[in-house]
Amino acid sequence: MEIKSVLNNVEDAQSATAFKDSANEPEKKSFIKKIFGQSNLGDFIFEKLTLLFAVLVFLLVILMAYEMYTNSRLSIAKFGWGFLTSSTWDPVTEVYGALPVIYGTVVSSLLALLIAVPLGLGVAVFLSEIAPGWLEKPLSFLTELLAGIPSVVYGLWGIFVLVPWLRDSIEPFLQDHFGKLPFFQGAPYGFGMLAAALILSVMVLPIISSISRDILRSVPFTLREAAYGIGATKWEVTKLVLSNARSGLLGAIMLGLGRAIGETMAVTMVIGNRPIISASLFDPSYTMASVLANEFTEATSDLYMNALIELALVLFVITIIINMFAQLLVWSMNRKWKKG
Amino acid sequence: MEKRVELNTFSFFRRKIVNAVMLSLSLLAAIITIIPLILIFYYTISKGITYLNLDFFIHMPKPVGESGGGMANAIVGTLILIGIGGAIGIPVGILTGTYLSEFGNNKFGFMVRFLTDVLSGIPSIVVGVVAYTMVVIPMRHFSALAGGIALGILMIPTITRTTEEMIRLVPQSYREAGLALGIQKWKTTLLIVLRTAWKGIATGILLGLSRAAGETAPLLFTALGNRFWSTKIFQPMASLTVYIYDYAKAPFEDWNKQAWTAALVLILIISFFSLMFRIITRSKYKV
Repeated sequence: MEIKSVLNNVEDAQSATAFKDSANEPEKKSFIKKIFGQSNLGDFIFEKLTLLFAVLVFLLVILMAYEMYTNSRLSIAKFGWGFLTSSTWDPVTEVYGALPVIYGTVVSSLLALLIAVPLGLGVAVFLSEIAPGWLEKPLSFLTELLAGIPSVVYGLWGIFVLVPWLRDSIEPFLQDHFGKLPFFQGAPYGFGMLAAALILSVMVLPIISSISRDILRSVPFTLREAAYGIGATKWEVTKLVLSNARSGLLGAIMLGLGRAIGETMAVTMVIGNRPIISASLFDPSYTMASVLANEFTEATSDLYMNALIELALVLFVITIIINMFAQLLVWSMNRKWKKG
Repeated sequence: MEKRVELNTFSFFRRKIVNAVMLSLSLLAAIITIIPLILIFYYTISKGITYLNLDFFIHMPKPVGESGGGMANAIVGTLILIGIGGAIGIPVGILTGTYLSEFGNNKFGFMVRFLTDVLSGIPSIVVGVVAYTMVVIPMRHFSALAGGIALGILMIPTITRTTEEMIRLVPQSYREAGLALGIQKWKTTLLIVLRTAWKGIATGILLGLSRAAGETAPLLFTALGNRFWSTKIFQPMASLTVYIYDYAKAPFEDWNKQAWTAALVLILIISFFSLMFRIITRSKYKV
């Protein structure tokens, strides 16, 4: 069957060229080319069809922004930029200010990075520089498995394992020994900023470690060999590799940050969900994503719904900016070595 | 002279010690990373196994207060939702990926590639909000269709980028051989290039589907959830992930236990996908 169709095509092609040669009409040929861009209809359709879908993906991102903008006009018109700086989030009196939830989002994400970055870079160094082949593959698989666990399962584990553990042992311990610090004030309920930051760090870790590992691997081996050649120890070689890869590693960290900011389910389940700004890690907090998860189906008035959609828009813009920077850093890193 | 040698040996030892310390810290980081994985798997399996029986797969949820029952509707619902998602995400992903690798070496291709990478970083709950404004508001009620669309959008980046990368792996000589036989370019791409890269593309699809199966946030206010049997795509539909969320928050111990079982079943479904993923990639490198 296939050979037959191939032969048919060959015949088609031959007759086509024969036709062109004998007819010798340059005007007609250029006319076809003008309309289709190509002298072959099938190729034209196929290319434009794939192009259409690529345009669709392109438009999708713009459509998302547009949809959220038009559906949050009420709230944008009423609160303006004050939406971002006002600290009252009160559905009863219909006053919506996003500052506490932006605070909760940023602080929980940064705390998560504080834990996940050293660990993630450590794992990446271990995987790319130190681990022997037989250990590296299963370990990579395990970290990827960690990334594959659904967010809601992390949340479930958070509620029934992490939170009781924090409440009964970790938080009382911190309060006894460091109780004078502003970070460890208030009653240790378990649910709160600390639980959210811990669970986020576990979720962000595999992203940081796997992207950093790929970046470290893209650093050419000649660099390492040169360093070994002048007698450097393994750690000194690793330092050299790290400093050469720093822009890409920064990109990996920012991708982790983007993920932490948008993470919804696990955070919603352990953070306590109260829009307050407090320095204490024991206190409940709220993030943009968890406000959406909790209140979206309960929004009764148009203004409430608009305020929630505006919150989604803010989240969208923040993550897009972070991801753009991160992708550019990672891409420039990969390019640097491919060219050199 | 003597002194200088001493100094060198000292600094040599110091470097050795720093080396050993840093390398063991790195090993420690690897070990610490594995601990939460073990803990989560341990608790999910040990707590989930108690309710894992045939009833869970074939029965419906019982009303509040009655123990027992299953999540048959949620399991079917999850499969239907990722089916709708796949029906949207797979064709868009494959065709966009094909465009990027075969025709996309220009500015527009660069932009699309960049936007797909950015799209993959957009929080899933934001995609849920967009599906709400685009589908739920015009239709005036929650529906499985809206949830499926949200999942489809979330699948697009994964499938697009894997397709592109896998098609790029196909040697240029394959394309040239096809063209040399006089086969039109679109037939060469479809019948030779895509067929050669098919296994790689399938792994991308499985990855996209398994991620979609674990999504909760985009379903909360699109597919919503449903306590009854429903396979209608214009009605709210149950899903395992939303059940886990609802049952984990509920103040009933029986529901909490069922949440663990649902988590176990969900992880089994996802592991099944990633097992197939492994099998496909393995045979790819063997042949």
